[in-house]
Amino acid sequence: METLIAILIGILFAGGVYCLLQRSLVRLVIGIMLIGQGANLLTFAASGLTRKHTAIIKSGETILQAPHADPLPQALVLTAIVIGFGFTAFCLALLHRTYKTLGHDDLEKFNTTDTDK
Amino acid sequence: MSPLLLPLLVPFIAALCCTLFSKSLKVQRSISLIAAVFHLAASFNLLQNVRSEGIQVYLNGGWAANIGIALVADLFSSIMLVITGLISLVVLIYSLKEMSDKLQSRAYFPLFNFLMMGVNGSFVTGDIFNLYVWFEVMLLSSFILLAMGKKPDQLEGAIKYVTINLFSSILFLSGAAIIYAKTGSLNMADIAMRIAESSDEKLLNSTAILFLSSFGIKSALFPMFLWLPASYHTPPVSISSLFAGLLTKVGIYAMIRTFTLIFPLNNGLLQEFFYVIAILTMVVGVLCAASQFEIRKILSVHIVSQIGYMILGLALFTPLGIAGAIFYLLHNIIVKTNLFLFSGVILRKKGSCDLKKIGGLYKVNPGFATLFALSAFALAGVPPLSGFWAKFVVLKAAADAHEYLLLGSGLAVGVVTLFSMTKIWAEAFWKKQPEEYPGVGEDTGNQPWQIMLPIVFLTICTFALGIWGELIFNICVEAAEQLLNPTEYINAVMGEAK
Repeated sequence: METLIAILIGILFAGGVYCLLQRSLVRLVIGIMLIGQGANLLTFAASGLTRKHTAIIKSGETILQAPHADPLPQALVLTAIVIGFGFTAFCLALLHRTYKTLGHDDLEKFNTTDTDK
Repeated sequence: MSPLLLPLLVPFIAALCCTLFSKSLKVQRSISLIAAVFHLAASFNLLQNVRSEGIQVYLNGGWAANIGIALVADLFSSIMLVITGLISLVVLIYSLKEMSDKLQSRAYFPLFNFLMMGVNGSFVTGDIFNLYVWFEVMLLSSFILLAMGKKPDQLEGAIKYVTINLFSSILFLSGAAIIYAKTGSLNMADIAMRIAESSDEKLLNSTAILFLSSFGIKSALFPMFLWLPASYHTPPVSISSLFAGLLTKVGIYAMIRTFTLIFPLNNGLLQEFFYVIAILTMVVGVLCAASQFEIRKILSVHIVSQIGYMILGLALFTPLGIAGAIFYLLHNIIVKTNLFLFSGVILRKKGSCDLKKIGGLYKVNPGFATLFALSAFALAGVPPLSGFWAKFVVLKAAADAHEYLLLGSGLAVGVVTLFSMTKIWAEAFWKKQPEEYPGVGEDTGNQPWQIMLPIVFLTICTFALGIWGELIFNICVEAAEQLLNPTEYINAVMGEAK
């Protein structure tokens, strides 16, 4: 299971970086989203992936017995997903505004702030 | 209530109140000003407490430190809080007149306060995931502030800034996840303790590199600095100066914290890697700056080269080196913010910051020119101004460590910095106004006090930091000793857990 998830994380990161290197603004946002999901999945996998055991303390015991998945990274990943959601919304708004103002979405032409004009 | 909470609560409440009174600019201005004064006072109070009683810890909800989220203030954090309070107050006063009412009414004040909350949060948190959250609070506010006004070059700069900073956040999140999987804790003190016992160098170094790349992007280290000159000169000057003064410095803070506490730099490979990065950041930054002709761009690229000195101080990993890095940080925040404020005045007077289009400022206004010269020479490191002592301490530490290559490049970069500053001086102040350009801005007369007071005040600070620098330097030395001796930090945080 871990191996499968690890490969999936790798694919998400690779796909995201590939999109980031494209010239279109939309793919830039998609790239950020993909890498973000990769990082979220990585955080989730940090809890250890076990099936059939819930992270609930059984009656009569005082601490959680192994094996179980650690619930903390799952809480963390929820936070990260929400933050990522906000950023994606902002990115889309920025993309829309940029496209309307500049009239194109070609990143190659985004060099006016780098040159002295 | 713990004094640690105030630097977070004050901007938070102010931001909420500003949102509530979004109709009235007057109310928003007063709320923000009062909040900024309180923020400064609370930070001073915290610094006093830390100096007299040692490291302050606040455990949220009373949870044990390794389970809940701990807020920790040691000397370094509280020094940073004080300087943040100072800069936020000064820039706020400046922005009242510099930014148009229309821009101010576009949620400027709530965002300003949220930005301050994010910056302060990053300084006081003792939890690695919480640091990520504070970074995001800071970033989201800064994204919107940067794109405010929606001019084409601003949007273009914002796209670059947003993309690279989101990427760095993702790297940071991955680093935090891996370190949690490895150590089973998110509390920095707890992680430090467990890592000190661990022997798995490969995994630790790979995590360290994830943190280094993430903070390196945020603090604009070579080769990841190109987003900074592409975006910092585009927003209104008040926002530029706030960003230039504070945001990259939060990255440096995180860097110093991580690489003294969690991954101490006293192992060979990582330290040499830092040496290389420090030299390249200093040299490449200053050379890029020398080739620019727009005042704000020159200043932005100089941020990069100055960051190199701070990393140099950290990389040496001696008490003097780290004290120098902290002193440099303070000096640079004050001087850099001030120089950006100057560029705002030039923009108001001349309508442009392009050195080819302006001139003759000395003749029109010698007093203003003298103030500028003082700050510019402070940045370049001319004695007895603050920059000289900051550079002197860092380079002395390099000489003590027998790292003569670092010493030499530090000195050479200082000379080129002086060249850049002289270039601004000669082009903007000395030469005559070029006749083919009008050189008339929106406000050519005497500037209002809201604009001049911050500039005069920060120039006095620069001067004072140079002449009575010993007092502040001694605090920096204490802070550096605290950083280099993590046991004190760990005991303060984990001791409360028992």
